[in-house]
Amino acid sequence: MLNPKLKLNPKIFSTDVEQVPIRKGFGQGLLLAGERDERVVGLCADLTESTQMNLFADKFPDRFVQIGVAEQNLVTVASGMSAMGKIPFCSSYAMFSPGRNWEQIRTTIAYNDRKVVIVGSHSGISVGPDGGTHQALEDIALMRVMPNMDVISPCDAIEAKRATLALAETPRPAYLRLVREKTPIITTEETPFDIKKAEIFWMPEVGLAQVGIIVTGGLMHRALLAAKELEAEGIKTKVMNLATIKPLDTEAILALAKETKAIVTVEEHQIAGGMGSAVAEVLAQNYPVPIEFIGIRDLFGQSGTPDELIEHYGMGRDAIKEAVKKVLKRKV
Amino acid sequence: MLLTEQKILELEEKANDIRESIIEMLVEAGSGHTAGPLGMADIFTLFYFHILKHDPKNPTLEDRDRVVLSNGHIAPVLYATMAHAGYFPVEELKTLRKFGTRLQGHPHREYMPWLENSSGPLGSGLSQAVGMALADRMPARPSGAGEDNKDKSRFIYCFMSDGEMDEGNTWEAIMLAGKHKLRNLIAIVDRNNIQIEGYTEDVMPLEPFHAKWKAFNWHVIEVSGHDFRSLNEVVEEAQAIYEKPTVIIAHTIPGKGVKEFERNYEWHGKPPTKEEAKMALVELRTLGGKIKSEHQ
Repeated sequence: MLNPKLKLNPKIFSTDVEQVPIRKGFGQGLLLAGERDERVVGLCADLTESTQMNLFADKFPDRFVQIGVAEQNLVTVASGMSAMGKIPFCSSYAMFSPGRNWEQIRTTIAYNDRKVVIVGSHSGISVGPDGGTHQALEDIALMRVMPNMDVISPCDAIEAKRATLALAETPRPAYLRLVREKTPIITTEETPFDIKKAEIFWMPEVGLAQVGIIVTGGLMHRALLAAKELEAEGIKTKVMNLATIKPLDTEAILALAKETKAIVTVEEHQIAGGMGSAVAEVLAQNYPVPIEFIGIRDLFGQSGTPDELIEHYGMGRDAIKEAVKKVLKRKV
Repeated sequence: MLLTEQKILELEEKANDIRESIIEMLVEAGSGHTAGPLGMADIFTLFYFHILKHDPKNPTLEDRDRVVLSNGHIAPVLYATMAHAGYFPVEELKTLRKFGTRLQGHPHREYMPWLENSSGPLGSGLSQAVGMALADRMPARPSGAGEDNKDKSRFIYCFMSDGEMDEGNTWEAIMLAGKHKLRNLIAIVDRNNIQIEGYTEDVMPLEPFHAKWKAFNWHVIEVSGHDFRSLNEVVEEAQAIYEKPTVIIAHTIPGKGVKEFERNYEWHGKPPTKEEAKMALVELRTLGGKIKSEHQ
């Protein structure tokens, strides 16, 4: 069942569940953050509307900088603005930022300890028809390996809005990973939100769960559908929303592993170096259990609809169910 | 700011002391860059002892001018100048590049928090300076509440090299500064014509250098990087320009002050040996033979 304490969207499992792009939540969150704090500024590399920064730019034209198609400049200019006390958010597609400007982010933001939020929209395979050049499948790895850099990947538009507001108040460099495609609304304004904490969205009605499913980003809805069907088949699972990949809520991950003794991780990203790897690093050192990884297996993407691509690369509901069954068999 | 003959003599002496410190630091460290720091010693001296609004005893002074060093590999001249200006003890210069030092091989704010930026990888300093200058031109109050006019009360200076003009990131910054007519931004390019593998015009030609900056809507001034009077005048000119950012193309002699090091790109990235350092220090202490006995 859905965790009753979290007041999640009661229509999650309806066919007419409301769907909103996760990036839209960022746009609304930045506008609110801008209203609350005049130090918040926005910078964009010619993708203001696509990354939904236009809401902020229209309201605060004096606090918005159009950088042009120049992602290296995007983040380094933001670093300079942060040095003068501003709170910069800089947005582009994840493939270009942090894809193209990784060293600039490392030296001038993380190493330099400048509070800048790098917003990478259009991450993952669900970018769809634009094809492999535009599908960032390595960005979590790129950013979580960087010291002094937090990594956040919200599961829906509401969480993206709240994460944006929280990041405006967090005095640290951070990467916010967004998805282009419309995604079912899972949380509500009443859902407790603490950027440092992972939450259990789905749990058995009674007894312990047999498998823990840890999800980050836009695949949460598919994971919940899988969990519901597995329950009907008699397999009890817990589904964890791990929006903050760094710093990792190791306490919650260990508690889940200790209860279930079998973990499946789900992300729209290369398996190598992603959220699943982060979870595996913690478990291998503290509480080793079998893990199955849902994600991209060392491949580039291609054109197609988001649904076609997610199915083709083995990240859909059925693939998640299979992974749960596979890891169950591996339990000692 | 008025520069008297007396002040020029003092600056010359100070620059010489800083060059001596650079040689001493490098030979002690056993690695590091020689040519650039010696070439930029006069410019750093003029800025830290005459031009900058700053207070070494209060390094976080809110209204200070900002100095962004883009080519972090000339750190020895930055450290030596800051030590002589009173930011930290001159003796500490001998810790350059050693384990536990605040004087990292390339500047790092974590170890020396009053640096405006960490740097090393080339081509990103000017964009940070552009960001600082843009921030100072934004109204501090919410939109519509009126202009603040903070810019021009403090300046953003970016010290950069000619070699790093090969980097695309630099040109992105030049374009953006031109777009926003950043009058509070002054870039000083060390035009010493060398980079690690050779002469700039062989590695990647930069000429017509002046015309390129001009085409990107900057005010461009060329000057000798070793003439305090002219340098001071062009900085005053840059400060007075209201419609554009200014670049000062400072023609410097790499390795300046030690004849054996001058104009030779092989001195870009290596330190002097003990013997070479001894020779260099004698040359500096006798002002190239102008005075007879070296003072210790």
